Amino acid sequence: MLGTSVTWGDITFMMTGAGLTLAITFWAMLGGTLLGIVFGLIRSHSPWYVNYPMGAVLDVLRSVPLLIQFILFNSFQSIAGWGMNPFVVGCVVLAAYTSAFCTEIVRGGIQAVPVTTRRAARSLGMNWAQDMAYIVLPLGTRVMLPSWIGLTLGVMKDTALVYAIGVIELLRSSQIIITRKPHEALLILAIAGLIYFIVSFPVSRLGAHLEKKWREND
Amino acid sequence: MLNINYTFHWNQAFQALPQMIDGALITLQIAVLSMIIGIAIGVPLALAKQSSIAPLRWFANVWIEVARNTPALFQVYMIYFGIPAVLQLVAGLFGIDFRALGINIFYLDSYWAVLVGIAFNNAGYLAETFRGGLRAVPATQTRAARSLGFGAFDAFRLIVLPQMFRAVFHPMTNQMVWAILMTSVGIFVGLNIDLTGVTQELNARTFRTFEFFALAAAIYYVIAKIVTGGARLIAWRLFRY
Amino acid sequence: MIEIDNVRKSFDSFEVLKGVSMAVEKGEVVSVIGGSGSGKSTMLMCINGLEPINAGKITVDGTEVHAKGTDLNKLRRNIGIVFQQWNAFPHLTVLENTTLALRKVLGKSKAEADEIAKKQLNHVGLGDKLKVYPGKLSGGQQQRMAIARALAMEPKYMLFDEVTSALDPQLVGEVLDTMRLLAKEGMTMIVVTHEMGFAREVSNRVAFFKDGLIHEIGSPSQLFESPERPETAAFLQSVL
Repeated sequence: MLGTSVTWGDITFMMTGAGLTLAITFWAMLGGTLLGIVFGLIRSHSPWYVNYPMGAVLDVLRSVPLLIQFILFNSFQSIAGWGMNPFVVGCVVLAAYTSAFCTEIVRGGIQAVPVTTRRAARSLGMNWAQDMAYIVLPLGTRVMLPSWIGLTLGVMKDTALVYAIGVIELLRSSQIIITRKPHEALLILAIAGLIYFIVSFPVSRLGAHLEKKWREND
Repeated sequence: MLNINYTFHWNQAFQALPQMIDGALITLQIAVLSMIIGIAIGVPLALAKQSSIAPLRWFANVWIEVARNTPALFQVYMIYFGIPAVLQLVAGLFGIDFRALGINIFYLDSYWAVLVGIAFNNAGYLAETFRGGLRAVPATQTRAARSLGFGAFDAFRLIVLPQMFRAVFHPMTNQMVWAILMTSVGIFVGLNIDLTGVTQELNARTFRTFEFFALAAAIYYVIAKIVTGGARLIAWRLFRY
Repeated sequence: MIEIDNVRKSFDSFEVLKGVSMAVEKGEVVSVIGGSGSGKSTMLMCINGLEPINAGKITVDGTEVHAKGTDLNKLRRNIGIVFQQWNAFPHLTVLENTTLALRKVLGKSKAEADEIAKKQLNHVGLGDKLKVYPGKLSGGQQQRMAIARALAMEPKYMLFDEVTSALDPQLVGEVLDTMRLLAKEGMTMIVVTHEMGFAREVSNRVAFFKDGLIHEIGSPSQLFESPERPETAAFLQSVL
């Protein structure tokens, strides 16, 4: 290909890695978002003695390198004899990590809705769930969605670190090929970068677009 | 569910604490240097992005988009594998073949690769931070300053800059914490003197993975908290308004 | 003396000032009234050179504002301006807001600057707020601080650009009182305002602005009681 020693086999190998990157991103975002919504609701509606400890625990996830979280949990599950495969370990750790960020996004979204607006809803006879569904959710989404899209992009980039526990995702597959064909390092990295870019650029543009559009309407 | 047939050896880990602290200092060193370089490049990058000269704008856009849309590890790889490759390519243009000369340079030194890679990342993110900071100070402030007789430079220095600094201080603190956590990817390019690298070496000798990495995690956490706590203190002293 | 001579000014293709002429004598208070977007504020910005002009001439004490060699920074020291959005510097205390230009532009010592600033701040009734940051002040207090900040430079002229328009109604009075005091002390002032009562009471002359032109200028009693132009009459009817 292109007069180089990079073969279609190599490209396919990288594409398989890219597939894994997307799969881990998907599961981590799914798990992380669900947990984040639950945690976010708890944090914005609970007294301080629940809220503070919960915040502190989630803060630990944000203050320790993700790489180390992968290694730690992987080693812990093997000590405990759970026998999880590296892919599952990757998804679980990344989902927990994601939930810490998602919790703050959800909390921010709820806080962004003025108390007066919510009081107005309640004074019209809406109950808590109705207030949440018809007032807080639509208004909060405007604040949350752009951040959530940003989080998705961040998580996709962070999947690169599952390398540490032996999952061969896009970057690890690139690195393997580079080790075999060091003279093609530039080309291989360019291909890997391009794949990341093709996936994340449109998404980040969408996020920026939504943010701008909603700001203009305010 | 939890049926652990394993004896934790925390003592062994604690005995290695001095070595790990030394590693943590290297981690901090890389983070601080990468922030300084990142700020020094981020400011002109932010200005270039708003420039009327198209090539400058493109250059800034490519840098910022690559920094923000690819993994930090990818950026470190680009420096680690990429710079030597570019060097060889350039040498090749001049008819110099490193391999024929018996020189094989495929990788940059890992310390420099991590430092430069993270500085690249910082610069991209900080450029956007600074752009936001510039926007955070309304034009009417400059106008008010000029109407009092301040020249353009003084108006910027005395009125715009201090307010801009406040707007970017918090995001800059976050970036600093990020830089600290990001240095851990050095393990993938063979960096063995930073906190993660030292921990990995100890792990390779003893196979006490959990104990050593748990201690490393605690050290990272403490460093991150010291940085955010210190920044909060500075912000409290500095931004009384 | 401020002389505005046939000044034209456009933003892109929109002509905001279409040949404005007016002269303000030393010690005079001239109010400028008229609808929003009629060009009143733009005219003030042109007087101290914050906005360039496309044609005509503005001279302040014989210095042509928009001439090439004019030192605008020096000129602006003689012309104080207070804006609708008070534009307090949020990172500086009330005292620092007021002394900054004294020290950095006029090169006065800290003690000297503090003394001048305290005098002016007492003057506008903010003598007890020296160490307070603007964020803690009401809009009216911030606006009075902006007036003190401009006065501290000991300008020969003061320009006021709808300084009460952004204030809550109950805060308008305190700012107008400050301006009334200034007028009584003989300050030369151009006041762009929507406060007709104030314009009538304090001004020596009132100018009516519409669509980038001064349609009528005269004494308050003449302009308010027997306007010559139908546009003036129509405007007064709509606001009074």
